[in-house]
Amino acid sequence: MTQPRTLYEKIWDAHVVEQRPDGTALIFIDRHLVHEVTSPQAFAGLRASGRTVRRPDLTLAVPDHNVPTTARLDANGNKLPIADPESAAQLAALEKNAPEYGIRYIDAVAPEQGIVHVVGPEQGFSLPGTTIVCGDSHTACHGGIGALAFGIGTSEVEHVLATQTLLLQPSKTMEVRVEGEVGPGVTAKDIILHITGTIGAAGGTGHVIEYTGSAIRALSIEGRLTVSNMAIEGGARAGLIAPDETTFAYLKGRPYAPKGADWDAAVAYWKSLATDPGATYDKTVVIDAAAIAPSVTWGTSPEDVVPITGVVPDPASFADPSKQAAAAKSLAYMGLEPGTRMQDVPIENIFIGSCTNSRIEDMRAAAAIVKGRKKADNVRWAIVVPGSGLVKAQAEAEGLDRIFTDAGLEWREPGCSACLAMNPDKVPAGERCASTSNRNFVGRQGPGSRTHLVSPAMAAAAAVTGRLTDVRELMA
Amino acid sequence: MTPLEKVEGRAIPLGLKNVDTDVIIPAHWLKTTTREGMGRGAFESLRADPDNLFDSADYKGAPILIAGDNFGCGSSREHAAWALGDLGIRVVIAPSYSDIFSGNAVKNGILPVVLPQAAIDRLMEVAATDPVHVDLDTQTVTTPFQDRFAFEIDPFRKMCLLEGLDEISLTEKSDAAIGAYEAKLDADRPWMRPVAAS
Repeated sequence: MTQPRTLYEKIWDAHVVEQRPDGTALIFIDRHLVHEVTSPQAFAGLRASGRTVRRPDLTLAVPDHNVPTTARLDANGNKLPIADPESAAQLAALEKNAPEYGIRYIDAVAPEQGIVHVVGPEQGFSLPGTTIVCGDSHTACHGGIGALAFGIGTSEVEHVLATQTLLLQPSKTMEVRVEGEVGPGVTAKDIILHITGTIGAAGGTGHVIEYTGSAIRALSIEGRLTVSNMAIEGGARAGLIAPDETTFAYLKGRPYAPKGADWDAAVAYWKSLATDPGATYDKTVVIDAAAIAPSVTWGTSPEDVVPITGVVPDPASFADPSKQAAAAKSLAYMGLEPGTRMQDVPIENIFIGSCTNSRIEDMRAAAAIVKGRKKADNVRWAIVVPGSGLVKAQAEAEGLDRIFTDAGLEWREPGCSACLAMNPDKVPAGERCASTSNRNFVGRQGPGSRTHLVSPAMAAAAAVTGRLTDVRELMA
Repeated sequence: MTPLEKVEGRAIPLGLKNVDTDVIIPAHWLKTTTREGMGRGAFESLRADPDNLFDSADYKGAPILIAGDNFGCGSSREHAAWALGDLGIRVVIAPSYSDIFSGNAVKNGILPVVLPQAAIDRLMEVAATDPVHVDLDTQTVTTPFQDRFAFEIDPFRKMCLLEGLDEISLTEKSDAAIGAYEAKLDADRPWMRPVAAS
């Protein structure tokens, strides 16, 4: 009888190439996702040292961070030039590096192009029980289908390209169990914002978080990807949700997913990965799903979460003196006074998109609120950015694009967009944005920008009222 | 990578907690295909203040940075480590780090020292007027006032920093083991190879 193991421990054990006496292990990497921003220096390193890519077949490259979300082709179907020369150079580097090293490459104008963390699961390239890395911290996202997935730096990108392995210290395990049923208007995004507010931005440091409990099991794959995506906002390098029938139904028939007898063998293996009864975690946090409200951030750390029915907190209300100082600094940056009702905060910009919330379910949730309504006059800029070309096509087939544009919201091409201010989509200094992205850091959406993290339905509600709004008021 | 054993000099008493990588280097500085020159964009939002620590006469070029909990949280961008290196910082001292940042730091010859908050508070005091001494070999941080704080570090990371080692060359020594793993994976779980899109 073997020791009961957690999902994390099973995936880890299955990927040990070499155990080192100091406790580290050389871990095999099953899937490597590559984008234009964190890879050029890694390819330059390979070239300088005369190394090659060990497993191009396990590598997939797609540009997403820098691509403009405006039209990419002219009326004759020719590629439009990228105005920003530095972005153009990064995109050109990826377009050249991928084929040179035999790596699968999805071009910026290909129908399946999109945000790398939307594309991976959507193409069935990301699979349960695999190890997945990418030079992007939101790689944690793929944990939503039960992959051990985490962000790496550019030196590690080069290391994986050259060796298909990483030398890693095993993580501690943390269970976040969300039990019960969420109320109306409460989405996967509200669950993860609530979790981040509860455990803190460093609550999961050194750990891999497994999300369990009936409220997690009830989520669609889109919702699970949203939850796991923001594991990193709670300090955990990776999140995990055990694969189940929902996962298998989502993946079956996807382009790179196993087929036929291979599919059956894969499902049998994936079913064996669930945490064994009696296995223990280093830490467990239990959350009551019924206590979660539609949530919003007030500060510049993703742990700065309150229910939409709440008020801007007084920095003096925090026990920790360094948190008091940070909160005071945050409020000055955000231009907020303690005691202000969150629902009274006016909003000038709306961003619906990012690897956290740009999948079809997110588009539907936002459209359901916007339908038959108009963008508020004080909302200067409101964009909806689907996570991939396939999400975009699906949304258009359902008429969602028309619902957004009829209401005065812009419908864009897929990409990372206003999540991180690396492309033309930015929030101006001093203005607020109700954003479905994952980070409210200082300057994240542009220098001086003020971000309030919310769900797609909540962002849509703010778009039509012009202030942070309890979406439940707009639900019929 | 430049080996690191002893670092002595002024320590920038930043002290803030949750210093994220967007603060260390904002995303618009990431649109480059080289590792150089990141120092210009380092801590841009903080350095917009003319009285900032980084550009003050006392701390310009200081090799040590003192910060609060969860330093380097957020994005995986290694540009954060490149930016610190370009500023001349070789050691960060904080109570905790994001996992990704501390790995990136070591790969770029920057030592992330973990010390409890009480030690950080004392070092912040010293740093206001005097230099701080960090010795990786003996794993200690000392001050001219007889303070002595011991810190822990993973032995592999310590070796990489002391010797300035390139991790890829080390892993290449395990080439046969990687090949054996790949062969076994193909035999046991052949469906793991991504099939060509049909």
